[in-house]
Amino acid sequence: MLGAWYTLIDAVLPFQWAGHIFMKNALLAVLLITPLFGLIGTMVVSNKMAFFSDALGHGSFTGIAIGTLLGLVNPTYAAIIFSVVFALTITTIKEKSRESADTIIGVFSSLGVALGLVLMSLGGGFNKYSSYLIGDLLSITPEQILVLVLVFIAVIVCWLFIFNKLLLVGINSSLAASRGIKTLPVEMVFTCIVAVVVTISIQWVGLLIINALLVLPAASARNITGNVRRYTFTAIGIAMLSGLSGLIASYYFNTATGATIVLVSGVFFFISLALKNKYN
Amino acid sequence: MGNDKEKGYQGFSCSGLCCTKIENFGVTIGTTKILEDVNIHIHCGELTAIIGPNGAGKSTLLKAILGDLKHTGQLRYLDAKGERTGHPLIGYVPQHLSFDTNTPTSVLDLFNACNTKAPTWLLSTKKSEDRARRSLSIANAEHLTKKRLGALSGGELQRVLLALALDPVPDLLLLDEPVSGIDQKGLEMFYSTVSELRKKYDLSIILVSHDLDLVEQYADRVILINGTVVLSGTPEEVFNDERTSQIFGISWYNNRTKSESEVR
Repeated sequence: MLGAWYTLIDAVLPFQWAGHIFMKNALLAVLLITPLFGLIGTMVVSNKMAFFSDALGHGSFTGIAIGTLLGLVNPTYAAIIFSVVFALTITTIKEKSRESADTIIGVFSSLGVALGLVLMSLGGGFNKYSSYLIGDLLSITPEQILVLVLVFIAVIVCWLFIFNKLLLVGINSSLAASRGIKTLPVEMVFTCIVAVVVTISIQWVGLLIINALLVLPAASARNITGNVRRYTFTAIGIAMLSGLSGLIASYYFNTATGATIVLVSGVFFFISLALKNKYN
Repeated sequence: MGNDKEKGYQGFSCSGLCCTKIENFGVTIGTTKILEDVNIHIHCGELTAIIGPNGAGKSTLLKAILGDLKHTGQLRYLDAKGERTGHPLIGYVPQHLSFDTNTPTSVLDLFNACNTKAPTWLLSTKKSEDRARRSLSIANAEHLTKKRLGALSGGELQRVLLALALDPVPDLLLLDEPVSGIDQKGLEMFYSTVSELRKKYDLSIILVSHDLDLVEQYADRVILINGTVVLSGTPEEVFNDERTSQIFGISWYNNRTKSESEVR
């Protein structure tokens, strides 16, 4: 299947950057990851969960450390389980406690990253983990792309069913409750989706900037749209466009791919901010 | 039901009408008891107004009825034929819809998200749009269908929320101080719309309000709450009771006599 993709790229994009196998893989990964980030980013931004998703990134960092300590070849699966548990814990405590949500997320976020750092430095060999901080999209393997495809399909299916409820909960939880929506389970499912997507992409995008990738496309789309459909598709469009141009730019300038993508999204954000006044 | 001291409480049978019963409601948040031992009985086609001082637990009661807040006690509903019982279908107009005014959500999106299974981010059908327009026209808000939620004025938003609360037609309509952020004209329009709807759909309405003049004019029954049900009866009974003027104080009493003399 991947062979067909390589042939297609050779036919459609006869450029130097697209000539390498690792670039073809990275391109496919970008086309899978960025629409997901655009899609779930819309609700992360609308439900004011930017800080929360940042904490989830820190949680999955710890998950990877645990996975590695357990001696797993691919620590990602342990990380997914850990960050889902981490996400559900924060959501539950946030719900039960009278402490402000900000404080609770802040506590968990710092504990997550601290525990991760302690576990990773345990053997003294911290260097092998540095790729999780910065991310290395160009090292993605065909097997990992297959996992991405599965996650992509699963998230889209979930999104078809959960979106309307999530939208209402985000607008006002009392209003949502009056329409028979159980807000906590909806939030739980959503945080799990974010946790899985963040964890699975962290090794390619990097802990330091993964949240920017989630927030920037949606935040830009928000400035220039007035209904949900346009919001969603504009966010997806901006995410994919930033992903593609960031990937190509990083090839030619020899820079970190994830960070370059984030910079391009940042440019889109400021353009949308300038357009906002015109639009309203 | 012998332990019900509440005036006007009529036992379990609903005398051939549909009714909603709130039985022994209590709400405790943390260690603070906000409401206890609340018993209310509402018939269809009745507008029941809930009044009380600030912090009496009025909005809390509505949220408990909605199921948005944990509570003790039961909410029971019985339709006119005595066939369908259980949890009533509730329409809710919040006190003040606090939402991010930048949200890229249109009025139509809100209706679709509430009333259709089709994911709003992917498609919007002609059928669902027609339904939203029809509902909005009940509250004279048809022209707002494509507007962004954040671009609505206070009065417009209130009408949109009322239209939403009436689609589908609920068994019980909860209105939480729908008057805040609306001018006097919009306020009277809102009350007269609600009053009309009550007759047209034979709705049970619970209205939390601070505007005692309008309550006196439109409500069928008034319930005074202060941590529990203090008084319950017709507007006349409640407003002429000593406990009402005690709770609302002298300034309220003076205003009331003043506005009454203005009317007469």
